[in-house]
Amino acid sequence: MLEIKNLHATVGGKEILKGINLTIKAGEVHAVMGPNGAGKSTLSYVLAGRDGYEVTSGEVLYKGENLLDLSPDERAAKGIFLAFQYPVEIPGVASATFLKTAYNAQRKARGEPEVDAMEFLKLIRVKTKELGIKDDMLKRAVNVGFSGGEKKRNEVLQMSLLEPDLMLLDETDSGLDIDALKIAAEGVNRLRSPERAALVITHYQRLLDYIVPDFVHVLADGKIVKSGDKSLAHELEEKGYAALSAA
Amino acid sequence: MAIARETVEQVASVSDKYKYGFISDIEADTAPIGLSEDIVRFISAKKEEPEWLLEWRLKAYRYWLTMEEPEWANVHYPKIDFQDIYYYSAPKQKDKLKSLDEVDPELLEVYKKLGIPLKEQEVLAGVEGAYNVAVDAVFDSVSVATTFKARLEKEGVIFCPISEAVRDHPDLVKEYMGSVVPYTDNYYAALNSAVFTDGSFCYIPKGVRCPMELSTYFRINAAQTGQFERTLIIAEDESYVSYLEGCTAPMRDENQLHAAVVELIIKKDAEIKYSTVQNWYPGDENGVGGIYNFVTKRAACRGENAKVSWTQVETGSAITWKYPSCILQGDNSVGEFYSIAIANNMQQADTGTKMIHLGKNTSSTIISKGISAGKAQNTYRGLVRMGRKAENARNHTVCDSLLIGDKCGAHTVPYIENQSRTATIEHEATTSKVSEEQLFYCQQRGLSEEESMALIVNGFCKEVLQKLPMEFAVEAQKLVGISLEGSVG
Ligand SMILES: Nc1ncnc2c1ncn2[C@@H]1O[C@H](COP(=O)(O)OP(=O)(O)OP(=O)(O)O)[C@@H](O)[C@H]1O
Ligand SMILES: [Mg+2]
Repeated sequence: MLEIKNLHATVGGKEILKGINLTIKAGEVHAVMGPNGAGKSTLSYVLAGRDGYEVTSGEVLYKGENLLDLSPDERAAKGIFLAFQYPVEIPGVASATFLKTAYNAQRKARGEPEVDAMEFLKLIRVKTKELGIKDDMLKRAVNVGFSGGEKKRNEVLQMSLLEPDLMLLDETDSGLDIDALKIAAEGVNRLRSPERAALVITHYQRLLDYIVPDFVHVLADGKIVKSGDKSLAHELEEKGYAALSAA
Repeated sequence: MAIARETVEQVASVSDKYKYGFISDIEADTAPIGLSEDIVRFISAKKEEPEWLLEWRLKAYRYWLTMEEPEWANVHYPKIDFQDIYYYSAPKQKDKLKSLDEVDPELLEVYKKLGIPLKEQEVLAGVEGAYNVAVDAVFDSVSVATTFKARLEKEGVIFCPISEAVRDHPDLVKEYMGSVVPYTDNYYAALNSAVFTDGSFCYIPKGVRCPMELSTYFRINAAQTGQFERTLIIAEDESYVSYLEGCTAPMRDENQLHAAVVELIIKKDAEIKYSTVQNWYPGDENGVGGIYNFVTKRAACRGENAKVSWTQVETGSAITWKYPSCILQGDNSVGEFYSIAIANNMQQADTGTKMIHLGKNTSSTIISKGISAGKAQNTYRGLVRMGRKAENARNHTVCDSLLIGDKCGAHTVPYIENQSRTATIEHEATTSKVSEEQLFYCQQRGLSEEESMALIVNGFCKEVLQKLPMEFAVEAQKLVGISLEGSVG
């Protein structure tokens, strides 16, 4: 589904990604861990197509297509979803309006008919219920005044609605309480299928107890320095990254 | 910054986006070019006006001659040559119109293009998209049709072209016209008083809630033509009316002058809601052409508990210069001003309000949302004056500016004059930018860059959009999106 080959990228003229190689097949969940500032979020932004994140060399294929040629909204319509580490506030825009606009924009881009307000409401009600989100959150402006945990839950809600093929989760667990973590993880697991894949960025092994990864990678200083199965996460939790670089 | 660069690059495409920019080929009856006493007499004669009105016009004209064109606003344009403007242009019509069926079909076609529900039949038949709104459509210098007349008459509401009111209700016109905005008020008010050609007149009798929205659409069509309309609305005790005003003009590479005067009179326990969606042609991306929109709008709350609210969405015009004002004379009277002013490309907007508190316990609210993109300059200028007798008067002002790109400007110029010891005045102002982060967030969810911008800006304007009547709010939201097209890459 996703093939990243020797990816180099700069931000503000500074090289952050220094040759990433990673292949994610449909049905797989990959966890990415690594110290602060290693370039994990940068990788997710590059994949989502954020302005200012310049690819200097390398290649990214998504479903066999050159991903880097596509605009962010085209990537979204093709099934790439990024749950932000720091979700963005949009004052004055009700969450429901935002979700409906996004949902219909993607449908339109894929040549599917748009849904009306009633249909949409039905759809979203199911999702909010699953995730234990109160309906009044839909009336509030996107992320404005949301607590840290609420913002993260809102990201999972958006993802559940948009049903992407490739989920990029950037520290979605940070800020969630234990119960919320479980519910959010269930939300992700519900989307897991042989046709879908996920890249889960996290600092904590705990999340991986709920979203069990097929592979774990360590990203340090812009490169993947170690890959393994889920036991690698336990090892890191015990010994930290310092032991890894010393080894 | 990437957005700013792209803004500048993309600005070029915007001129294709003015969908009201067609020119209609309609035969017109036009006065000779230029301005003189003879032209004033010509207009008055065309309108078959009584002597007193001609006299009033001439006084205004002579007064205007003694005045200087004002220069205090933060707008820049070459001196207007007042002798190079046509002051009267009317679509040619054979005889006086008796009903809508006799309106020139070509003209009806124009209104259809503008989306105006002119045809009563359509409205009554509930044709899709038709509003339950009584419409007076002003084309260049004359009112062409007023719908729903009969139904309004039943309630005692008078809604007609002002020239018709001069003929049929001379006492009302004589009593109120110029009573809120005298011809001595300012340069453009004096000019308007001398040469005004049409506009709407509304009278809501005591205790009547006007059964529908009243609406006027203004359209400038003929070349080199000025439009000088005058609107006069009188709300008697305990009455209510909601009035909508929409404006468009064709794309022309010359500047056209629009200098209107709007006077509202609100008596005891009465309320007027006045909403404007102004979408005059803004000129091209290099600032060629476009409407100069120099307008005087003022409301007088003359009785206790009188209430007026101005809501405006200003997206068009090369230059906008207007300050819808409230004179809060009656005790407990309320004035509100809700404004969205968008300036893109080379547009200049200097707009705001004046709240003049004279009575006790009067209160006013100002919410201004200014959006600047391209190389536009957007100024909010607002006066809050608390008179000596304005005990416990209150004002609350919120003035928010949003910048798109880094070549535009936003300016806030509040004037506060307080002579009342018990008055409270609050002023909040913010300036923000549409962040790259917000745009990316929306795009990541599947919205195009322009859809993202429209969504973010509509969010910024929400409090004001909510004040508009329903059908208008939807239109206005779209307009906000359209007027910012090309402001992002
Ligand atoms: N605009 C910028 N200009 C210069 N450096 C930047 C810019 N944006 C990010 N960086 C740097 O890029 C590096 C990688 O940042 P990134 O956010 O990808 O790290 P991360 O691995 O997600 O860290 P964390 O675990 O703290 O979230 C950091 O050193 C950061 O300071
Ligand atoms: Mg990060």
